[in-house]
Amino acid sequence: MIRLFPSVPTRALAPSAALVALALALTLSACGGSSSDAAASSSGGSGGTAAKGQKVSVEAKDESCTASASELPSGRHTFSVKNSGGDVTEFYVYAPGDRIVGEVENIGPAISRTLTVDLAPGSYELACKPGMVGKGVRAPLVVSGASASAEPLDAQLTEAVSSYRTYVETQAAALLATTTPFVAAVKAGDAAKARALYSPARLRYESIEPIAESFGDLDPLIDMREDDVTAGTPFVGFHKLEQDLFKTKDIGASGPTADALLANVEKLVALIPSVEITPLTMANGAKSLLDEVAKSKVTGEEERYSRVDLVDFAGNVEGAKTVYTQLRPALEARDASLVKTLDTRFAALQDLLGTHASTKGGKGYVAGSGYVSYDALTPAEVKALAVEVDAISEPLGSIPAAITAA
Amino acid sequence: MTPGHLSRRSLLGLLGGGAAAVGVGGVGGAAVARATETGDDDSGTVAFHGEHQAGITTPAQDRLHFAAFDVTTTSRDELVAMLKEWTAAAEAMCAGRDVGEGGTAGGPAQAPPSDTGEAFGLPAAKLTITVGFGPSLFTDAHGKDRFGIAAQRPAALADLPAFPGDALDPERSGGDLCVQACADDPQVAVHAIRNLARIARGKANVRWSQLGFGRTSTTSTSQSTPRNLMGFKDGTNNLKLEDAGALAKSVWVAPGDGPDWMAGGSYLVARRIRMLIEPWDSTPLAEQERVIGRTKGTGAPIGREKEFDALDLEATGPDGSPLVDEKAHVRLAHPSTNGGAELLRRGYSFTDGTDGLGRLDAGLFFLAYQRDPRAQFVRIQTSLAGRHGDALNEYIQHNGSGLFACPPGVRPGGWWGEGLFATT
Repeated sequence: MIRLFPSVPTRALAPSAALVALALALTLSACGGSSSDAAASSSGGSGGTAAKGQKVSVEAKDESCTASASELPSGRHTFSVKNSGGDVTEFYVYAPGDRIVGEVENIGPAISRTLTVDLAPGSYELACKPGMVGKGVRAPLVVSGASASAEPLDAQLTEAVSSYRTYVETQAAALLATTTPFVAAVKAGDAAKARALYSPARLRYESIEPIAESFGDLDPLIDMREDDVTAGTPFVGFHKLEQDLFKTKDIGASGPTADALLANVEKLVALIPSVEITPLTMANGAKSLLDEVAKSKVTGEEERYSRVDLVDFAGNVEGAKTVYTQLRPALEARDASLVKTLDTRFAALQDLLGTHASTKGGKGYVAGSGYVSYDALTPAEVKALAVEVDAISEPLGSIPAAITAA
Repeated sequence: MTPGHLSRRSLLGLLGGGAAAVGVGGVGGAAVARATETGDDDSGTVAFHGEHQAGITTPAQDRLHFAAFDVTTTSRDELVAMLKEWTAAAEAMCAGRDVGEGGTAGGPAQAPPSDTGEAFGLPAAKLTITVGFGPSLFTDAHGKDRFGIAAQRPAALADLPAFPGDALDPERSGGDLCVQACADDPQVAVHAIRNLARIARGKANVRWSQLGFGRTSTTSTSQSTPRNLMGFKDGTNNLKLEDAGALAKSVWVAPGDGPDWMAGGSYLVARRIRMLIEPWDSTPLAEQERVIGRTKGTGAPIGREKEFDALDLEATGPDGSPLVDEKAHVRLAHPSTNGGAELLRRGYSFTDGTDGLGRLDAGLFFLAYQRDPRAQFVRIQTSLAGRHGDALNEYIQHNGSGLFACPPGVRPGGWWGEGLFATT
């Protein structure tokens, strides 16, 4: 996952079945691979060439990310990542467009972890992310050699759907893991803690909202706003608690709402394995995420009490970007210029969003949020965000046609 | 795939003619046949290609959608590609066709339509689309050459000075590019800007825009003089397209005036002039006529009988005071007061609802084309502006402003800005 949000406590999650399977596969392949570090550790810097199947050692420091190889033959490789820095770090192997080929997270200082990935010929980037934020420190990696013949296009799409499913399940699990302590804090009457835990849970929800929307009533029950209330429907969900926490500042009677929210999130997580995902629903979902941004985030309408609209914004963008990166290999084969445009536009949007990141004590800081309060934005800054959102929405709308074209 | 270039008008012929045929039998059928034979109908198109851009001296249509854009891309190639795409889209729209291959409803089901569609079935409505380049396209606020064209910035494209009494809103002023879309149907004008803005996404975005209705000047002797929102005839003495000599003298940039790429072009000054409608409406007729310098009913100059009677600025009344007030708008705007300087005006009335205090946010969206703004608009506005200038200033306020170099017309196969970008 591209973590846009540093302060979320990382996954003490119940791993999904898919993750368990993935973890098992990693463990097995790591055991089966060469355990020798000799070849890898001979070079202090990057630039070496590792032989097939040998371990690549990576030294992650706070300011550098040094791999023992910058060129590899195609095939399966295991990266042994040692954190020599002071911050908790994570390690990624990225294919072009920041498509995640593999990742290991939560590598504490002085800890080593391994990552095994199958690498096809092409250009990659290795990234260490001290503090687990931002784009990280990058190093190039070139993989060459005999290629398995290019995957058939439908196989690429199948792979995209399966990776996206893994992402959705991971996010859903994270949603549960962030909503649970939030709800607990509300019920315990700890308003300050609940306020700080509110936006982390929102980020997870926003990244998979189109999936939630496919379950009819669940999305409104979790995410309705006061304007959505009609005769006979009570105001419930995240935004009711937001109102209690940030506007009326009275959570004395919020317990039942909090319980209902958690129950609905649990229901959502349980239903996700049954959701049908196709390349088309993925692509349309990505577009709808950006449409959400255009409609209610960039206007500051969604989080009217907490003002953490930029967190939702980031969540929507992350969700859309993930769809795109999963579909990217298939798109590359069909519409290379669309890929070029989207690479540029996503980078521009995320860079712009990044300029509004905030840290504790900084201007516009909202407890628990990685971004400034919506109120801290000038009209010109809001317009700049709106312009970027419009600019990406058009090429994003071209994905469905590109992937359904023969 | 559906057939590509099914034009909006041929579809109109099929749909509209078909509907008519149901109603009146053979007559509808004949109408379809006629439309097909001539490739046109009576909706009217204005030629897109030519020596000059359409929309300057071509007879003023009734509706306007004007937009100024900020260019956000830093890539010259992207900007050029966008201008080419704009030209192709404009050419299609001015001919009454949809934008793009699939148009409104003929493209792939999973792709956004290449035309936004709200003009589908409507006639071309004499649509003209006119493009201009603002000073800020050439050099940024720090004087930096943005696209390698700074050396091609004409001296005549000098930033307008600040005039006394201006209350310019930055959000309604400036712009790297402008597009003036005029048509006899507001939906067609809006459609034109909307499609160009959509093509521009990621490369340029709308900085501000203005809708206009009711042309407030006459650019042809074939047109009658309209009234502006003050209720006065406007544009009586405007330059007319029939007077080629005057156009050559005052509107079209001549070879040698500046960089070659502007020859055949013209400079546009756009001003959003809000009228203080409520005070004006409670002003006595005699005062209104004194302020303007013309009678409200016929439009004749004060002291004369008919609209087109010559303005006599020397005439005095029985008491020896000038018939046309010393501060009357017509006097201070007149060429004789300004060293012969004249403008081709092409403005529109606008009403943007009310201002929150219950007052009409309305006025004149002033558009004037000229050969050199320094010698023309700036000269005239200097006469008019300020407390000691035009008596009208008590009832108006300039709150938006833009200046643009409108290149010459596009030849078939060419594109807007070709001359500018080809020379650098």
